Amino acid sequence: MNSGFGSPALDAASRLMTPFMLMFGAYVVVYGHDSPGGGFQGGVIIAACLILVRLVRGRAAGWVMPPEVAVVLLCTGAGIFAGVGLLGPIFGGHFLDYSALPLPLAPAEVRAAGSLAVEIGVALAVTGVLELIFDVLVEARDDA
Amino acid sequence: MTAAFDPLAIAFLGLMIVCAIAALSVRDLMTAVVVFGAFSFFSATYFAILGAVDVAFTEAAVGAAITAVFFVTAIFRTDRGAD
Repeated sequence: MNSGFGSPALDAASRLMTPFMLMFGAYVVVYGHDSPGGGFQGGVIIAACLILVRLVRGRAAGWVMPPEVAVVLLCTGAGIFAGVGLLGPIFGGHFLDYSALPLPLAPAEVRAAGSLAVEIGVALAVTGVLELIFDVLVEARDDA
Repeated sequence: MTAAFDPLAIAFLGLMIVCAIAALSVRDLMTAVVVFGAFSFFSATYFAILGAVDVAFTEAAVGAAITAVFFVTAIFRTDRGAD
């Protein structure tokens, strides 16, 4: 799997699809609170795009995410989720209570901003976890 | 709309059953993974017919794409037969 499947047809198709997949993943994350989608689905789409490039091009792709980076991504995402959630109790509300956040915006906008931050955290965590699973599956040693 | 008598819903449920039986009965594991991906797509379409677009989205992204890739990767590390 280190060398990839890399035929010219696969290469051309993946080059055509990759920017649209990344764009669609970001759209699904950002618009998740008022249309179908959300952090989990958007993160899965972004991870699927990264894994597609990895499958087609192998290690030559320059898109290879080292496991350390994936772990950092996953911890950052979980930290964003927990941090935004804990801002609620700090400012006198409940856990994940976005309306308690002291932002100079209308209440609906404050809720949307908090929900967007949590969705971005979830998306980062899901992308990191899926990359990590793929890495472990590919790199697993035979003597393990 | 009563979902139980919707012909589209019945068609996709039937296709899901066919795909499930086929995925369980083929001998080649790679074929089973592909048929399982088809099962995931039919179930995603069935969820979308029922109006659960969010669930359908998740099923299509996770069940059909990511799970299939992980199964293929796992099969590449083993030998392909079912026995």
